[in-house]
Amino acid sequence: MRRLLASLALSLALVTPAVALVDPAERLADPVQEERARNISKNLRCMVCQNQSIDDSDAELAGDLRAVVRDRIKAGDTDEEVYDYVVARYGDFVLMTPRFGPATWLLWLGPALVLLIGGAVVLLVIRRHRTRPLVTDLSPAEEARLARLLEDDKNSHGLH
Amino acid sequence: MIVELGHFALVLALAVSVAQMAVPALGAHRRDIRLMRVGEPAALLQFALVVFAFGALTYAFVVSDFSVKLVYDNSHSMKPMIFKVSGVWGNHEGSMLLWVLILALFGAMVSFFGKNLPDTLRARVLAVQASIAVAFLLFIVFTSNPFERLDPAPFEGRGLNPILQDRALAFHPPWLYAGYVGFSMTFSFAVAALMEGRVDASWARWVRPWTLAAWLSLTIGIAMGSWWAYYTLGWGGFWFWDPVENASLMPWIAGTALLHSAIVAEKRGALKSWTILLAILAFSLSLLGTFLVRSGVLTSVHAFAVDPARGSVILGILIFFVGGSLSLYAWRAPTLKTEGIFAPISREGALLVNNMLLSAATASVFIGTLYPLLLDALADMKITVGPPFFNYTFVPIFVPLLCLVPLGPLLGWKRADVKAAAERLLVAAGLAFIALLASVALFYEGPWLAPFGMALAVWLVAGALSEIAWRVKLFSTPLSESWARARRQPRAVWGTALAHGGLGIVVAGIIGVTAWSEELITTLAAGESADIAGYRLTLDGVGLRDGPNFDAMVGLVRVRKDDELVATLMPEKRRFSAERQEKTEPAIRTNGFSDLYVVLGEQAGDGKWVVRAYYNRLAPLIWFGGSFMALGGLISLMDRRLRVGAPTAARAHLRASAAE
Repeated sequence: MRRLLASLALSLALVTPAVALVDPAERLADPVQEERARNISKNLRCMVCQNQSIDDSDAELAGDLRAVVRDRIKAGDTDEEVYDYVVARYGDFVLMTPRFGPATWLLWLGPALVLLIGGAVVLLVIRRHRTRPLVTDLSPAEEARLARLLEDDKNSHGLH
Repeated sequence: MIVELGHFALVLALAVSVAQMAVPALGAHRRDIRLMRVGEPAALLQFALVVFAFGALTYAFVVSDFSVKLVYDNSHSMKPMIFKVSGVWGNHEGSMLLWVLILALFGAMVSFFGKNLPDTLRARVLAVQASIAVAFLLFIVFTSNPFERLDPAPFEGRGLNPILQDRALAFHPPWLYAGYVGFSMTFSFAVAALMEGRVDASWARWVRPWTLAAWLSLTIGIAMGSWWAYYTLGWGGFWFWDPVENASLMPWIAGTALLHSAIVAEKRGALKSWTILLAILAFSLSLLGTFLVRSGVLTSVHAFAVDPARGSVILGILIFFVGGSLSLYAWRAPTLKTEGIFAPISREGALLVNNMLLSAATASVFIGTLYPLLLDALADMKITVGPPFFNYTFVPIFVPLLCLVPLGPLLGWKRADVKAAAERLLVAAGLAFIALLASVALFYEGPWLAPFGMALAVWLVAGALSEIAWRVKLFSTPLSESWARARRQPRAVWGTALAHGGLGIVVAGIIGVTAWSEELITTLAAGESADIAGYRLTLDGVGLRDGPNFDAMVGLVRVRKDDELVATLMPEKRRFSAERQEKTEPAIRTNGFSDLYVVLGEQAGDGKWVVRAYYNRLAPLIWFGGSFMALGGLISLMDRRLRVGAPTAARAHLRASAAE
């Protein structure tokens, strides 16, 4: 069994195959409330599955949590209150979207930081390489190389 | 007996690869041509031995030899033949053997096609390639022996996970691995170049075909995996930002960046050092993917654990190759001379921005995938990084990149006229605007961002067509002249247009299925009907069917439009008795642009059946577009200039053949 599951991990998306998802009987009568319940369910992780939301999972625990979400909505909770309620009981792990806080600063800002650094490097490269030919004359060897490059470019006209 | 011979061949392959690692490298160091020449026959022999070992294991699966533990664990005599064969790599040991097989195949290809490489470079490439083989063969022989026997032999096997018994999934791992391992080739070229201390235009030209081959295989592998997820998992999802998926996406994006930077290195002599770094990173990310999937760190929440010894060995291999190559890079890269002048508005400038955005996109996937693992290990905090994170970080980086894609190929090298390039895209921009208006008119109730996404998709496709139109001077010269020009275009131009246009088609599919799909969840008794997207679905009844190694509940669903029968769909729920598992088989009716997707659920308490149906707009475009991208890669790979190789190399080759 262990091997079967391990081999499954080799494939994409390790997810329970069977589907039940939302049972029609679970649904709330009010379509607006039901819509909110679905959206919240998509943002809550099924604790016993691999990276599946409770909206996508047929696990019993996911069904229980879907019922909890609907109970809270019926009781008049806002979306934020429902999330707080669930997080208070199950921890941050259940949230598909991690909350912004000291522990996740690097997570949320990391990609933007890489983008900024990358942008700075690109500007630097362009500036350095644009100004260089103005300050230095080409040596004969470089001139020959340039001629060859130009020749190369002519031969491969219209390429990448 | 054959199984023992296979085991023996594997150990021999290990010995041969040790020789292939040490002797040519020593030869390159001492400039001894006889030692260098050992690499080529060694690579071919190593490949032959691994093929034999792989063949022996396949034979054991085909004849259902349950005295082999791996066959007993992963096969069953009643299984259809195709899944007996795919069962070879549907497990840890066999998949690692497949990994090494593809590694050896690439080594053999260098030895076969690489006759025009400089001797020292070829010797070093083969030696580096062999060092990877040594590491993984040691790993297989000592921790994951696929040839282990059982005594006494059981009468029947335990079967293969039903999820893996699927035609697309059967061939998903070989493609994915060809991609992962293909990047080992560019890695070997990069490390060899660092050892040589020399990177010239011809180096970049040699690296490009290998990068293309790896990229194209990975594209096919990822597309197949996502297609499988779409039609198997039962709710029409195609990408889940699951860590295992991300593990394959990271080398793909890095590989895409490498594909583009290698062009600059070849044509302009610039970005050489960066191209080397990307080549190292692409393979490092492939190794990371292998580590994440094979070590079990990603599956720790599940009730099973993969042998921790294996995880630490792969981690050791990862640290050795990534750390070793990056140290070598830090040591040798400063000696590489970079030339070339960068104007901000030029083809190379555009490719630089392309690389910057692709790197940032890779970083966002990397951070999102590894952050929860690190936080758990370092701070003992458990968090989940789900799809919304990637929507907030990856998408904003990728969208500007997509906007710039049509512009890049229209810019000239060195100094481009951005106004002229923009004029060539006027038609494309007009079409994109029409697409925006049409999407708003058709789906004004949908998400407000979706029409912009659709405009972007049309921009990409029309932009790719505009490039071709410009190159062949369509409508500005007689059609016969355009036709003649079209025939003269290098294949790489067609490949680029296909790949960029395919990307646009993928975007259209993703937008359509995420923004404009419809969903129906209901319970039906036999004879009852429900409506979705203008279709009326009637459940005629539910019956039983016997499959080769399963039995199934089959729903008979008639699909009518305006009271006219358009299709009969038969979604199934299969029960695999040997594996004691269930699997849902959705029924899909497609018209090429949209899918009607029907799933048979459980029987509810009142005897009615849960039926779920989806109308997935534009879903098939995701895989059409993916196929176009792969086809574009294939056509570029067949470009004559890549086959001929660099001009200097061609001369060397001529000299060599004249001497013979």
